[in-house]
Amino acid sequence: MSEPKKTSLYDVHEKYGGRVIDFAGWALPVQYEGITAEHEAVRNCAGIFDVSHMGEVEVRGPQATDFVQNLVTNDVSVMNENQVIYAMMCYPNGGIVDDLLVYKHANDFYLLVINASNVDKDFQWMKDNIGNYDAELKNISEDVSEIALQGPKAEEVLQELTDTNLSEIAFFYFKTNVKIAGKNCLVSRTGYTGEDGFEIYMKHEDSEHVWDKILETGKDKGVKPAGLGCRDTLRFEANLPLYGNELSPDITPLEAGFGMFVKLGKPNFIGKEALVRQKVEGLKRKIVGFEMEGPGIPRHGYDVLSDGKVIGFVTTGYSSPTLKKNIGLAMVDIEYSELDTPIEIQIRKNAVKARVVDRRFYTKKYRK
Amino acid sequence: METKSGLLYSKDHEWVRVEGEKAYVGITDYAQHALGEIVYVELPAVGNELNAGDVFSVIESVKAASDSYLPVAGKVLEVNEALSDSPQLVNEDPYGSWIVVVEITDKAGLDELMNEQEYREFCDKEA
Repeated sequence: MSEPKKTSLYDVHEKYGGRVIDFAGWALPVQYEGITAEHEAVRNCAGIFDVSHMGEVEVRGPQATDFVQNLVTNDVSVMNENQVIYAMMCYPNGGIVDDLLVYKHANDFYLLVINASNVDKDFQWMKDNIGNYDAELKNISEDVSEIALQGPKAEEVLQELTDTNLSEIAFFYFKTNVKIAGKNCLVSRTGYTGEDGFEIYMKHEDSEHVWDKILETGKDKGVKPAGLGCRDTLRFEANLPLYGNELSPDITPLEAGFGMFVKLGKPNFIGKEALVRQKVEGLKRKIVGFEMEGPGIPRHGYDVLSDGKVIGFVTTGYSSPTLKKNIGLAMVDIEYSELDTPIEIQIRKNAVKARVVDRRFYTKKYRK
Repeated sequence: METKSGLLYSKDHEWVRVEGEKAYVGITDYAQHALGEIVYVELPAVGNELNAGDVFSVIESVKAASDSYLPVAGKVLEVNEALSDSPQLVNEDPYGSWIVVVEITDKAGLDELMNEQEYREFCDKEA
């Protein structure tokens, strides 16, 4: 393994006491004060995250819309300018290349935001599928810093640093050339926590200033720097999937339970045929929520059992900081997916009792 | 990092307090800090006979599960049931929160352990 890359905010993490780990090749803080305290700050106030590891690809050209429409599962043709949608890229067999956010600047200009661990793979996949589309791809991942400010007080705090009326940026919309503490940013009302909040894109040289100003402004209100640890517990409680857990080349969006982001009525997109077939034939397995009834914390990769037989695997599990319960998401054979079905989780030597529950553990607090 | 005199320490960051034939075992301040907030402590069954180096407890933080290794061979006499309801006690008071008491069945393992001073030096090198 080579040395992990440093984001433009690396020194800031050191300054705020971040516990830095190697995440997808990036040196990023898993926590500062503690995962639970940061998790609660985001749920009750706001937290600020360095998410500069995320990848960004620009698509420009007369056929940019057609290209993206073919590339992703969601319907790009109905997007307004300055709108964002969540989508997935699939292989022809319906397995997932990655999930992403699609930002539409204009019919001939999109920004695709992809997972750090998949940047090289995704960019290659896009190039492999550009075919005869009259569009150009540019991987700008190394040129962009990104900060997420998430939580019920996100707007109030950020508003103090800009003349742009943030209430005019609707849920899953964005605005360019927003001056945050004097620095030029792209700001979207998006996030990965189940709370209201913003994702802020800027140049590397501006990130430390923006970060410091947000924390300075928000400190008295209770805004805290937040690490990757709580980013994962927050997104999990809000039923937001993580590539490598709920999503993978071996899992289709329908199995993962995200069919609402797959528009099978679109003329064509990569993976459509396989996904239509899967829909018609019916799912053989799907991801469900579950709650532990016996002691122990379910973890990613643990076996799910019924009467001693393996019927699935845990995709994510935690002792939920918000709900104070041991809960998880698991891919199970379809006959075990009904609510209230008793299942067991293999935790080390013990098969521990659990029960299938609604996977929307936490009701999202989006401002729509 | 806090340490305590009179205890023995393992390279896996467990502490041992020997009282006659009995040994109280827990994890060190260094270990609890490295783990972060502890949300679950899996305790062994009373009566289990374990070898030195066997996993006697699994300690889970929000993020992950970590094995704890018994530094000395012994038979489990007692487990700290208070940790079932209040696992955070290990964070708050690692040297007061023993996890198991074992009846030592082979004292050989004790020779491998460090005293307070040696353990502090060991941790300095790890950091």
